Amino acid sequence: MLGVLLMVVPLVGAVAIALSPSRAAKGIALVATLAGLGIAILAAIDFSDWGTGGWGLEYNLPLLPAMGISLALGADSVSMLLMLLTTLLMPLAILGSWTAVSDRLREYYGWLLLLSTAMIGVFLARDLLVFYICFEFTLVPMYFLIAIYGSTNRAWASLKFFIYTFLGSLFALAGFLYVAWANAEHAGAWSFAIPDLVHFASTGLTTGEQGWILLALMAGFAVKIPLFPVHTWLPLAHTEAPTAGSVLLAGVLLKLGTYGLFRFVLPMVPAAVVEWAPFMGVLAIIGILYAALICWVQTDVKKLVAYSSVSHLGFCVLGLLALNPLGLQGSVLYMINHGLSTGALFFLIGMMYERYHTRDMGTIGGLGSKMPVWSFFMVFFVLASVGLPGLNGFVSEFLCLLGTFAAGGTGAYPGVLGPWFAAAAALGMVFAAMYLLLMVGKIVFGSLREPSGVHSDLPADLNAREILVLVPLAIGCVVLGVQPDFVMHAIEGSIADTLASYPTAVTDATEILVGRGGMP
Amino acid sequence: MTERLWFLIPEFVVLVGAVSCAILGVSRSVTVRRSLPIVAFITLIIAFLASSYVYSPASMEIAIGPGAVPLPWLGRVVIPVVVIVGVLLVMVQAGFIDRSYEGEIAAGEARFNPLRTSRGEYYAFFLLSLCGLMLTAAAPDLVWLFLALELTSLPTYVMVAISRNDRRAQEAAMKYFFLGALSVAIFLFGFALLYGATGTMELMAMKDVLVARAADTGSIGSLATLGLLLSILGIAFKLAAAPLHLYAPDVYEGAASQVTAFLGFVPKAGGAIALMLILSVTGWMDDGGMLPDPILVTLWVMAVLTMTLGNIGALLQTRIKRMLAYSSISHSGYILIGIIAGPGAGFVAVLVYLLAYGIGNTATFAVLSSLRRGDCEVESIDDLAGLREKHPGLAWAMAISAGSLLGFPPLLGFWGKLLLFIAGVASGHLVLVVIAGVNSAISAWYYLRMVALPLTGAASSASGSIERREYGGPRLAALASVVLLILLPLLLQSMMDESADGVLSLEELTEVQQSQVAAVYDLP
Repeated sequence: MLGVLLMVVPLVGAVAIALSPSRAAKGIALVATLAGLGIAILAAIDFSDWGTGGWGLEYNLPLLPAMGISLALGADSVSMLLMLLTTLLMPLAILGSWTAVSDRLREYYGWLLLLSTAMIGVFLARDLLVFYICFEFTLVPMYFLIAIYGSTNRAWASLKFFIYTFLGSLFALAGFLYVAWANAEHAGAWSFAIPDLVHFASTGLTTGEQGWILLALMAGFAVKIPLFPVHTWLPLAHTEAPTAGSVLLAGVLLKLGTYGLFRFVLPMVPAAVVEWAPFMGVLAIIGILYAALICWVQTDVKKLVAYSSVSHLGFCVLGLLALNPLGLQGSVLYMINHGLSTGALFFLIGMMYERYHTRDMGTIGGLGSKMPVWSFFMVFFVLASVGLPGLNGFVSEFLCLLGTFAAGGTGAYPGVLGPWFAAAAALGMVFAAMYLLLMVGKIVFGSLREPSGVHSDLPADLNAREILVLVPLAIGCVVLGVQPDFVMHAIEGSIADTLASYPTAVTDATEILVGRGGMP
Repeated sequence: MTERLWFLIPEFVVLVGAVSCAILGVSRSVTVRRSLPIVAFITLIIAFLASSYVYSPASMEIAIGPGAVPLPWLGRVVIPVVVIVGVLLVMVQAGFIDRSYEGEIAAGEARFNPLRTSRGEYYAFFLLSLCGLMLTAAAPDLVWLFLALELTSLPTYVMVAISRNDRRAQEAAMKYFFLGALSVAIFLFGFALLYGATGTMELMAMKDVLVARAADTGSIGSLATLGLLLSILGIAFKLAAAPLHLYAPDVYEGAASQVTAFLGFVPKAGGAIALMLILSVTGWMDDGGMLPDPILVTLWVMAVLTMTLGNIGALLQTRIKRMLAYSSISHSGYILIGIIAGPGAGFVAVLVYLLAYGIGNTATFAVLSSLRRGDCEVESIDDLAGLREKHPGLAWAMAISAGSLLGFPPLLGFWGKLLLFIAGVASGHLVLVVIAGVNSAISAWYYLRMVALPLTGAASSASGSIERREYGGPRLAALASVVLLILLPLLLQSMMDESADGVLSLEELTEVQQSQVAAVYDLP
């Protein structure tokens, strides 16, 4: 029941907002999201399968018995972590928009809460159609958040965002339907239960069929991640979205793609993934390097961070494609870490924008002298993002690269990634240090440059509310940087399940490496 | 044959309603004339109640026998669909026809002249057309099918013409009439060929001849194939499917929005049902039966062309009714997927989709019917910009109905489309489903304009002069449609069950009914 409650609480909040005057909207939204966070923490404490790959929060309500469709929910440790990330970011996103949004408040907070329901639904879904519906439905709130509350180019940005993702996920739907149909032919009855379909697809489909399914699913998930060359909607949407929109887009929505890879693509079509992993790996690396180079020449801070997401998510995909526990652990950790640090960066940029109404590094700079607290957090989260050892980014990036490196090491699966991929991707880390430090250098250090004639009611430096938004994220970064073990152990079982359908050779290869002491 | 009259009670009810409307419409009393929508409403409700009464397991035993129709239970499903959409359409019409004339009478500027009023005829034609649609579902032979289809179409020509005092309406009516006549000629010629090839008009007897011939010679014969192809082509006009779709934008634009709402659903539903029935002569509803290749290929190409031309056409429009006309063309393409997917899952999906589309389509036109600029209708899409500022309810109704037409979860349109796609995949037409998916994405582009302009756009100088009409019928229809679009997915399982019964063939139905009868009467 807790699972249903997690989805229903924001929904109730949204309805309450619709029925009450607009000045109450903020408060209701905050209460609803804090309640959601509370339930999520309770659920996490209650969850007994950390590390074992079991399922909790289970709930099943048949919707369309004839088609085997039911409202089936459940969470394993990976879902649980991503759900925790979502529920943590929600109240922060609402606190972060406290003064930034002043118009059409009810719709704003209502859409945020609906978005929360849909995102949690994606992570908890145990039925393919429930997953698809929630996955699709995340588009609507985000579309309105961008289209109503975005900056100047919002109409085009929201349209592009919607069309790209919608088209992609329709292909994914076609793939899902094909799997469901093949399963129905095989089993004699329709079922959309994810475990049934995953089991059937990984064993019952030919390699050729798996290849087509892979293509269809990747069409859906690659757009969302986003993978080169279908990433072009992201910088636009990120730049135009209001702060909370960018935070949730980077923090959670992009993870829906990698989560889809983790939950569906890897376990469903193992043969095809082994065959196509090098190709997708190359795309990921192109994304890492290409987006990093674009970041280097950006003058708009928000656009820079947006492109850095494209680059960072490339590592995440690479870790998944390594097809070994190391890479997958790194990748799941990366999903959390990127949500924390990039989410925080978008908050920081939003706070700066609220004061100066510009994001142009040409007109603004040297804020260290005027906004020391803001600058502290900026430097902190940039370092977390760059991968400074001791902060969270390092661990996950290192694990992804190590997993990638090890993937081809034993020659059991020649061609499935390997040292060359790791080496090429590592170059991306160097680039990341360059562009992010360059940005910090320009806007934090040096002599103060401010656009003239800008007025804001906010104090020069951060106020208590804004610090309150950033502190939980900073704590998360430190904890996950210093002590990642507990998360890594927690997800071991789920990762083993996801990799269960892979030929043992792939797993063996990495166990040898871990036995040699390769595990950090 | 007289037993069948029993099943026509709902149609008789509608016929009586139509005649009453025609008579009451010339009454001297304003109150009586005003009550016409209510008469139509009550007629439809009674027809619905009657349909659930006459189609009972016990009465089926009467119908099962010589002369039964290919899909004997179909009426049981089609009538509720027609009634639900019909009731919404009545609300859209309420208060619009003859409005200025009634205004003059009320102001004492004119005296009531029965020759000048057209309200009675209008509602009579409205009901007659719905009656034709109901009859189509019950057709056992080609003559019946032809008459029912014409009863559906002919009133619409008149409705277009008398819908408003505008030259464009006259032009639209003429175009619609002549092209309609052409299409009738085409499918009548097809029917004639079918008769020539088989020597019978009865669909089931025709099926027996053709199946026997296919068993002997390996094909149903070129004459029958040509007859079927011509019939399909003629019916494509009713569906507004390519290549006979070109009339739709002009006619939809010329007619008043209220009538366009009607045109978007009624002839299309008639066409879809007629296609299901006429294709049954190939025997593909029997075990192991298949559609002959030439017909399958034709339908396949038609579906792809219809979807694609409809969606691309809609993308290019700036006038909202033309855009919706093209969008309705594309929906015919989706419906054809269900037809191709065939008896069983495919037809079930078509029936559910017809309901979903009918409600969504009615909702968009209900919103358009609620708005005016001076005495004119809203024409450009940009006129909807910033609608939210003055009329938030209408803006949301527009957005939700566009979302449903787009097939966005969790609205009814999504489930309709999902069932179509599942049926398509399950019948082995994955490519067709992928093409439909791409088309849905194209359609997102223009449906999003219908969401974005009212809700997120700012009012422009052009859209500032848009006002709400005084009478509330269309607004009520929009509200009711939106509620249905949101809530009906909860009843999807029972809708599918009903539709599944509706498309059972005679033998299957006999089995099911016998077991049901046994369950009802022979309880231990």
